[in-house]
Amino acid sequence: MRHDNSSPKSDLPQGTLDLLILKIVTLGPIHGYAIAQRIQQISRDVVQVQQGSLYPALHRLENKGLLAAEWKESETGREAKFYRLTAKGRKQLKEETESWARLTGAIGLILGSEGDAN
Amino acid sequence: MTWWQRLHNHTQVEAQLDAELRFDFDQRVAANIRAGMTESEARGAARLAFGGLEQIKEECRDARGTRWLLDLWQDFRYALRTLRQKPGFAAVAMLTLALGIGATTVMFTVINGVLLKPLPYPEPDRLVALNEWTDKPTQFGNLWAFTYPNFLDCRRESRSLTMAAWGGNSGTISKPGEAEHIEGFQVSANLFSVLGVSVTRGRAFQPQEDRLGAAPVAIIGHGLWQRRFGGSPTAIGATVVFEDKPYTIVGIAPAGLRLSPEQDADADIYFLAGQNTEPAMQNRFAHTVQAVGRLRPGETLAQAQAELASIGRHLAEEYPKANEGRTMVAAELRPDTGVDWTIRTEGSSAQHDAQSTLWLLLGAVSLVLLIACVNVASLLLARAVSREREIAMRVALGAGRNRIVRQCLTESAVLALAGGALGLVLAALSLRPFIVFWPGSLPRAAEVRLDWRVLLFALAASLLSGLLFGLAPAFRAPVRKLEQILRAGGRTLAGNSRRLHSGFVISEIAFAVVLLVSAGMLGRTLIRLSSLDPGVNIHNVLVTRTALSPRSLETPAQIRAQWKELLDRIKRVPGVQSVSMVDTVPMREGNNQLPWWTSAALPPPNEQPLALATSVTPDYLKVMGIPLREGRFLNDQDRIGNELVIVIDDALARQAFGGRNAVGKFLWVPAMSSDPVKVVGIVGHVRHWGLAGDDQAQVRAQIYYPFAQVPDPLLHRWSELMSIAVRTSVEPLSLLDSLRREARGAAGDQVLYEARTMEQLATRSLARQRFLLLLFGVFAGLALLLACIGIYGVLAYLTSQRIPEIGVRMAVGAGARDVIRLVLGQSLGMILAGVAVGSLAALAATRLLERLVAGMKPAELSTFAAMLSILILAALIASFLPARRASRVDPMSALRQE
Repeated sequence: MRHDNSSPKSDLPQGTLDLLILKIVTLGPIHGYAIAQRIQQISRDVVQVQQGSLYPALHRLENKGLLAAEWKESETGREAKFYRLTAKGRKQLKEETESWARLTGAIGLILGSEGDAN
Repeated sequence: MTWWQRLHNHTQVEAQLDAELRFDFDQRVAANIRAGMTESEARGAARLAFGGLEQIKEECRDARGTRWLLDLWQDFRYALRTLRQKPGFAAVAMLTLALGIGATTVMFTVINGVLLKPLPYPEPDRLVALNEWTDKPTQFGNLWAFTYPNFLDCRRESRSLTMAAWGGNSGTISKPGEAEHIEGFQVSANLFSVLGVSVTRGRAFQPQEDRLGAAPVAIIGHGLWQRRFGGSPTAIGATVVFEDKPYTIVGIAPAGLRLSPEQDADADIYFLAGQNTEPAMQNRFAHTVQAVGRLRPGETLAQAQAELASIGRHLAEEYPKANEGRTMVAAELRPDTGVDWTIRTEGSSAQHDAQSTLWLLLGAVSLVLLIACVNVASLLLARAVSREREIAMRVALGAGRNRIVRQCLTESAVLALAGGALGLVLAALSLRPFIVFWPGSLPRAAEVRLDWRVLLFALAASLLSGLLFGLAPAFRAPVRKLEQILRAGGRTLAGNSRRLHSGFVISEIAFAVVLLVSAGMLGRTLIRLSSLDPGVNIHNVLVTRTALSPRSLETPAQIRAQWKELLDRIKRVPGVQSVSMVDTVPMREGNNQLPWWTSAALPPPNEQPLALATSVTPDYLKVMGIPLREGRFLNDQDRIGNELVIVIDDALARQAFGGRNAVGKFLWVPAMSSDPVKVVGIVGHVRHWGLAGDDQAQVRAQIYYPFAQVPDPLLHRWSELMSIAVRTSVEPLSLLDSLRREARGAAGDQVLYEARTMEQLATRSLARQRFLLLLFGVFAGLALLLACIGIYGVLAYLTSQRIPEIGVRMAVGAGARDVIRLVLGQSLGMILAGVAVGSLAALAATRLLERLVAGMKPAELSTFAAMLSILILAALIASFLPARRASRVDPMSALRQE
């Protein structure tokens, strides 16, 4: 494949974007623009998601069956594509959240122990 | 969604992707305006934040995983478009391929039906062929048919197999309707169930019926049922009279049932072997039945073989006289051998001939396909070179090398598949004529038809040839330096491709040489064989098998009287010059090979020399027009009670007596008598094995002995085998009706069947050679045509590339003749290289033909010379057109092209 589509241009670690998207979508059907806004708001502007990363990720998740999509009227009255979580997506989110928590906990431990030694 | 649906909804998906991204963009613009920007500022900022819209779309498409499919679709449509732009090119390429693929598919269809398809029985892999085996092989090999007693013992003892048997049983059916000779079988009651076929009406044979003394029953074939009973259900329970005995019909056999691959028509009737009262059926020396078995559930072939070996050992102990050194063997029942796995004589069975003929033709036809591929490849390459700039441009615009190769291959695949589809149509149309023209009967002909294997083959052949002719142009395309090509402007650099093009021409010529020389050799052989003297005067001779009235076969005296009366009646038919009896007719199937020796001390059986023994009546020499060399022929005094005499041909006279003074000498022929038999005359050799086969036959020497001296116990059997030969003063077949009428006999149940003229038999003995010549001729012609088209195309292209150069030459004083010489010289170089390579390959091919086709002689130089000059001439004519065009180039305009 000539197109390298894996790494988002933000500083998010590999695979994190998918996790964030799944999390945001648990709050209810939501369109792409709002997902980007929501991530930015919640992270207090630390994480900014580029469209160039967001939309390929959304299509990939939809293709894998983790997200489902339907066209509905948005708050502005225009038709927009709303994503929602599928059962498979919910399971995936749970697993990935747990493994994320384990990983960050572990990293925290390592970083913390280093501080003690100093 | 499936891939296909995605592709199908492709436009919808694209529209939605566009709408989704546009919505995001508009939201962003609205947000920017809310934040205080002007509309144009808001748009600019949004665009900046958004990045490349097309790029995002591409990545989304990639994320959906439909990319390759879309590419393929795009390539496919692009290929169609480019092919449509050059309809002439597309048509020539497709037609070329269709011819190649069509011809190959026909051959494969036949091979598939005859050799590859499993036998049309349920679970064919559980069926095994069974034979007796002897450790004292004769010229016929080790394998023998079963004796009926051995079969019964094996069947009773075997735990691993259910065994069934069958043997020929033909004769005269005299009721209902006119007397007619029919072909039938005697079978064991379980044959149908072992094979897994069932009767279409009525019932199968019952085991308790399969014994002496049971009520006589028969199953009739579909054909006889239609002919004699009009297909009426009342046939079940009706009576047929066969060989003067009544049988009750209990069932109708299915149409198309074949017990042997050589059986070319349905059998008319089936009897029970166990009801046969002939002594041979109780004789452990008479090998009368073929056996076939089905492995019982859970048993393997190896187990069956081991078990048969042990049964064979027991039988040899119990019946040492008959069975010493004898056992029973089982082998996989293969489609190309059929149920009939019997001893083959002279390696000339129809099946064997069919097999080698088919593979030979497939080989020949593959050469045609190869030439077609090379042709299309050179056409494509020429186009690829002229499209070099277009491709360079696309590479410059970012198309990857793989993408370009893939696209070139898609184009050739489209071409190949279209050609293949057309070829399949051609194959379907020419299949029936091909089978009809097949010499003799094609084994399993009814099973030759287009099926999924054939479709698969055609598809594979198309794609493979597409790959073959698509590869060269595809890989060549992007290797050249981009910059160089773009800078080269209108001029293309043909240097590289020139070598490749010459390679194409050389290989095309080489393939064509192989086919042409083979066809030439076959033609030569056919001419030589047709002019051979068969040893008999084949004009105005009719031979016909004859079945005496079953009622007259009771005593030997009756039989002799009946034959005499028949001959007398026939002699009186107007137009008949002479008539005689004969058992084995020259050039017809059937022969009787007997061992002989010049003293009483015969060598061991496998070293005994053999001769073809023919029993005849005295007028045979006159009827057949065989020349008498020395002594006398048989006469009316040579009958039972007088001295046993024979007449031999000059081949045997040479072999046995060195050719000198054979008359009056004695030969020991154990099958005739334990006493020696006297040679009373020498006659010319007759080509018994046909015009083609006789020179290579292992057993050629001939013995004629008087029918009147056939001992009484054999007379009944001999009478079933005798034919009548008639020399006529008019066209022989025109007498057939009056001969039939005259032969009817008092009871009206004597029939003449299988009537042939000797001319027909002589022609048929060359049918295979003629058929091969016809097809090789067609293939060679096709190859020549394709090769010429190829040469023309390549030269036209190469010359057009050289026009500037030619312009320069003409500007400095070269004339039209010089230019023509230049171009022809270039083409002659390629042609001669092809001829050199092809001649070597042709030598190998002719060796193969010599081995596989009877009557072929090593290739003569003159055949080579004739065929090669045809080829070179045709190729030069094809090159002349581009050469002449080049010579008419206007130097000024040519130079301006620079």
